[in-house]
Amino acid sequence: MSEHAAPGIFERYFFSTDHKIIAMQYLFTGMGMAMIGGFFAYVFRMQLGFPNQNVPGYGIVTAGKYNALVTMHGSIMIFWVAMPVLIAAFGNFLIPLMVGCDDMAFPRINRLSYQIFLLSALVLLSSFLVKGGPFGGAWTAYPPLSASGAYNLTPVGATLWLVAVALEFVAFLLGGINFIVTTMNSRAPGMKMYDIPLVVWMIVLASVIFMASVGPLIAGAIMLLFDQTMSTGFYDPTRGGDPLLWQHLFWFFGHPEVYVVLLPAMGIVAEVIAVFARKKVFGYKTVLYTTWAVGFLSFVVWAHHQFVAGIDPRMANIFSVTTLLISVPITEMVFLYIATLYGGSIRLDTPMLWALAFIGEFMIGGVTGIFLGSSGTDIYLHDTYFVIAHFHYTFVPIAIIATFAGLTFWYPKMFGHMLNETLGKIHFWGTIVTFNVIFIPLFITGTAGDQRRVYSYAQFAEQARPALQHLRTTSTIALLFMLAFQFIFLFNFIWSFRHGKTAGANPWRSATLEWTVPSPPPHGNFAQLPTVYRGPYEYGLPGYADDFVPQNVPDLAISIAGETD
Amino acid sequence: MLERYLTAASTYAHWVDYQFILIAVLVGFWLIVAEAVMFWLIFKFRAKDGRPTQYITGEEKQQTRWITIPHFLVIVCDLVIIVPAILLWYNIKQVLPPADETVRVIAQQWAWSFQQAGPDGVLDTADDIRTVGELHVKVNTTYHFELRSRDVVHSFSIPAFRLKQDALPGRAITGWFRANRVGTYDIQCTQMCGVGHAMMAGRIIVETPQDHAAWLQRNASPAMAASAAVPEAAPEPPASHGAIVAEARP
Repeated sequence: MSEHAAPGIFERYFFSTDHKIIAMQYLFTGMGMAMIGGFFAYVFRMQLGFPNQNVPGYGIVTAGKYNALVTMHGSIMIFWVAMPVLIAAFGNFLIPLMVGCDDMAFPRINRLSYQIFLLSALVLLSSFLVKGGPFGGAWTAYPPLSASGAYNLTPVGATLWLVAVALEFVAFLLGGINFIVTTMNSRAPGMKMYDIPLVVWMIVLASVIFMASVGPLIAGAIMLLFDQTMSTGFYDPTRGGDPLLWQHLFWFFGHPEVYVVLLPAMGIVAEVIAVFARKKVFGYKTVLYTTWAVGFLSFVVWAHHQFVAGIDPRMANIFSVTTLLISVPITEMVFLYIATLYGGSIRLDTPMLWALAFIGEFMIGGVTGIFLGSSGTDIYLHDTYFVIAHFHYTFVPIAIIATFAGLTFWYPKMFGHMLNETLGKIHFWGTIVTFNVIFIPLFITGTAGDQRRVYSYAQFAEQARPALQHLRTTSTIALLFMLAFQFIFLFNFIWSFRHGKTAGANPWRSATLEWTVPSPPPHGNFAQLPTVYRGPYEYGLPGYADDFVPQNVPDLAISIAGETD
Repeated sequence: MLERYLTAASTYAHWVDYQFILIAVLVGFWLIVAEAVMFWLIFKFRAKDGRPTQYITGEEKQQTRWITIPHFLVIVCDLVIIVPAILLWYNIKQVLPPADETVRVIAQQWAWSFQQAGPDGVLDTADDIRTVGELHVKVNTTYHFELRSRDVVHSFSIPAFRLKQDALPGRAITGWFRANRVGTYDIQCTQMCGVGHAMMAGRIIVETPQDHAAWLQRNASPAMAASAAVPEAAPEPPASHGAIVAEARP
């Protein structure tokens, strides 16, 4: 920034190009959007748990409002919570610090990326103010429903949704360019490819996957925009278009997107497990290769979302095989994480609890995916609550559990203070237990045939059975508790800004570079740019006095105790 | 297992249920083993004073076999799952057994309408029977359905039959079912189709051949045949589902 007078607040926060400030802006915007998305979940779960009652703080949920709420919940949680927090916030904060440089390669592009992201969020939220209300055609936005106001009854909302999503993609393309270039070009001297911490690798690979998959969807979105606003017929079969085209373009992006958010979460968990188990990550290179394999395979599984969509039934066989194939590298990754625990010295601080919970819960999400990837059973389970329960068992571990692992782990580095451990543990157990009570009943209602995205089962005799309604009510009540527990975190988060114990540079005794600078890191990060001598996970290395050896310590320095505080 | 939650009323419903159980057993085994190993490791290697952490790279042969052996077992399990899954798919979706009867299913915002052959047994003739929201079929009879949509994407789902197929505007998609249990079952729309999505319910009534013949007779008088020949008009709103279109329009 300027070398003149100290920048004013406006310049400091609105036009700052410091990667840490941009990271915080992404983080707080994401958290704000998470509250909105969580509120929507509360409203529509209340309607499902206690049908047709007045929802406190909202009112009566009509069919149209219900559709809008589920659409916005899905869109917000994926595009405006998981992406900004997991990729943009952690990516921006961690990459320069962990690879040992002073800022992103393109700080101004980074600033532009957040600016566009904020704009996209505002465009999305503005759709609540327009005539007809926000778009309600599901986050997948299948045409012709999404293409015509006559069908969806939200002509303005549908266009605003589409514009917001397209802007959001632009923001993350710009961010992704930065992550990749910074990691490839700005590493500290001595940091070889296999010395890069896994979380950085994973964010970079996620950015690569995102870049490679988003193009077709941008093209699809523009065609849909033309269909909506200029009466073209790209998806209109009466004029030679094809509604299936959108589904292919959407899911060609939509499935890799799952791995775009999964990989940073896996990376965060790898860092936390290594530190709290005091262990080198088991098979660092294998983790990396499986990540590449997952990334590659994620491009050839998209049509498993479309088994019963009217595609050629022979195609389902191919996609069923590739889908089960992707379970192999993912399973291997999870095995490697579990194997990392072997021989460790495991401390169960709050970040570690979150990281272990991620593995435990994500495995449930993973194995239930097999039911859906196997084409024969998907005929029945497709678009039921089984799908909802399955992907919440993957997305909640990703966007909630791993995010909390990362936030509680790097909070001291971000703000210079420790979070309160007791409150952290109450929040952890409160969230994990209620999470399971929310979604296990939904596996059962899905298996019993509950279809998705309907605000009332009154019309369906088989689904209107009291036993199923009890399960829905149980799930809703658990959600109320889960949301209530989040206020504990919020309190802890804000209170600890000032009142938390002072953290020091390296409270967790971690070996990666971000812990060698003061907390919070100053502008420019490193007083003297570091040199790297070893990999990121040298815990328990024989011959050293301490049980960890930071990356920037030369081989000859046997005693390092004095350097880390 | 699935039948505890929902009746199975078609020939392939049980096939789907068996596949579900096969997957549940295999992945359930892996889930329990993996979770158990994880919890055991967390307990066994909890931090203790005086016990240092071990330095394991996980890159030597005798270490990696702990991953590679389970890894190959997972591939074997994947194969055990995928082969029957594809066979199941092949038999339900890819090959159609010869039809005894054919019905046309038309989806639109927000109702199901059905067209089936009248007493002459031929579809697309004057005595066709058109119904809204209610489909009458014979038990133990192989039906082909020809699925169409008039507006947006819908999905024709009969949970008791374990049947689901999206309806696309501009395409006719043919599938099949063979009901093997008399009764009334739900028809759902399982693809978001707009504000009336939750109201897009239907019923399928599986009848004995005698009952079905009687129903056919009741609904196929010459007068009805004449009015049924009127070109397709918008069917009734969902509130009146179950009504015969021809009856509702004298």
